[in-house]
Amino acid sequence: MPAPRAFSGEVGTGSPQKMRPTEKASNIDWEALSLRIVFGALTIVAMVFLVAPTVIVLLTSLTASESLRFPPPALSLRWYYALIDADQMQRAAWNSLVIAFWTTLISVVLGTGASLAIARSRARWLRAADLLFMSPLLLPALAFGFAALVYINRLGFSPNIPFLVLGHVIVCVPFILRTTVAALTQLDPALLDASQSLGASSWMTFRRVTLPLIAPGLGSGAFLAFMASFDNVPVSLFLADERTEVLPIHLWQQIDTNLDVRTAAASGLIIVFTLVLMVVTERMAGLTRQMR
Amino acid sequence: MKVKGDESPLALPLAAVFAAFFVAPLCVLVLLSLHGEAAMRTWTAASYVKFFTDSFNYSILWETLLLGVKATLVCLVFGYPIAWVCARSGARLQSIIVFLVIMPILTSVVVRTFAWIVILGRQGIINQVWLGLGATEPLRLLYTETGVIMVLAQVQMPLMVLPILTVMSKIDPNLADASRVLGAGEWRTLWRVTIPLSLPGVIAGCILTYTACITAFVTQTLIGGARLIYMPLHIYQQAVGANNWPFAAAISVIFMVAVLVIVGILGAIGRRSETFARA
Repeated sequence: MPAPRAFSGEVGTGSPQKMRPTEKASNIDWEALSLRIVFGALTIVAMVFLVAPTVIVLLTSLTASESLRFPPPALSLRWYYALIDADQMQRAAWNSLVIAFWTTLISVVLGTGASLAIARSRARWLRAADLLFMSPLLLPALAFGFAALVYINRLGFSPNIPFLVLGHVIVCVPFILRTTVAALTQLDPALLDASQSLGASSWMTFRRVTLPLIAPGLGSGAFLAFMASFDNVPVSLFLADERTEVLPIHLWQQIDTNLDVRTAAASGLIIVFTLVLMVVTERMAGLTRQMR
Repeated sequence: MKVKGDESPLALPLAAVFAAFFVAPLCVLVLLSLHGEAAMRTWTAASYVKFFTDSFNYSILWETLLLGVKATLVCLVFGYPIAWVCARSGARLQSIIVFLVIMPILTSVVVRTFAWIVILGRQGIINQVWLGLGATEPLRLLYTETGVIMVLAQVQMPLMVLPILTVMSKIDPNLADASRVLGAGEWRTLWRVTIPLSLPGVIAGCILTYTACITAFVTQTLIGGARLIYMPLHIYQQAVGANNWPFAAAISVIFMVAVLVIVGILGAIGRRSETFARA
């Protein structure tokens, strides 16, 4: 077939156009090109805008100087070594990890059950419950944190770690529901029928068929829930007791009082930690596919 | 054949946790907002009267709702092209783009905000370049609304991109081809075919981005500083700083109702656009 357009490579496939008269071709080329240039440019600007802060913090944290200047005059790991002596920060980081661990564990157990119900049952009340379970994503978390504090005060308790974990579960469970329900609806029901007709019990079917197949969705959701808990400020602000300081709030106070480079080093560590977990989740569970 | 029995009881544990620790606290919050003091002895609507008769208070609500509109529009202008480019890329490039887009939302919000302080500050990168270009006065970005909008847009972009991408990758490519065969140019195809069909994703993205932007306590407070007060900081100041719990409860209720009303309106538009997209 003769190529009607000189620069067909730039216009994508657009195979139906090949049947169009040639005089129209150059016209269409320009329009397609302009759309591509505008959208391509906006995408590139947006991607730089999205990635730049992360790169800048990483580079700043590697500075050899006393101040937070970018670009750093010389590179060194001295601020990372300084973190070894930052006891308070380490305790805060440990608290956050422990809280995020329990939050994720409880959210996975409760969330898997609820996802199975939402994906498979037709009970009317579940539609309302589904909306309720997702609403913490939309409502201001700070208002919920305050409400929870008022509530436990009325019940005669004061803030403590179990309440803090419960509060985190409320705001983190939607992430698990979203990815897990999506994975369950893609699961072929014939597989479940096959398992049952071969004599497997419901539990056996769940463990040997359903769970392995929804594991990527569940794993991605668990990762998102873990990060959401590790990162949570609005709920922790109200529900953490005086002795329990969590990492994001500790870092916030550091940023507010003295902008020292140790904060940048801690930020650098958090970024690396997040990136490693992201790559692992991507490799094992296809995070980017689960999130769409 | 269906799996034996009804599986709805499996949702009961989570429903119980939500009833005891989500619904009940919010009910207590509403009750508290209708009382004069934290001990909840006398009933009064004084907090609500105070909020709506004091221009300082309702202007904070208005500014917050407006901030969300501005940040959401920035997200849409940049997020839609990202989704468009991503939907047309190969599987590998698609994964890379999505990975880079979700990275900011997974990195700790305090870390992200800290990065922006390094960028936007008086001696920050933008001002180094600005002054290097010969300007005499540094740009004020930190502690301004412009700064808050920039940072919110970066942080919440994934919430806009992902829903649009999901809807866009389900659009039948034959429709765009058909539009072109019938003589419509690329822009016209975008405007008359792709955008209307992706509208449900756009609306879903706008709902998520908008609610995330107006409730983003950390970003608003660290970048906006103490003088730019938005609703979350207002609630926090009244609850912790002023220790005025009934009033803090009233503002929380007002803010939540405002969020729900906006989500309801956008959701209704979204449902209409879905029937439109199917028609």
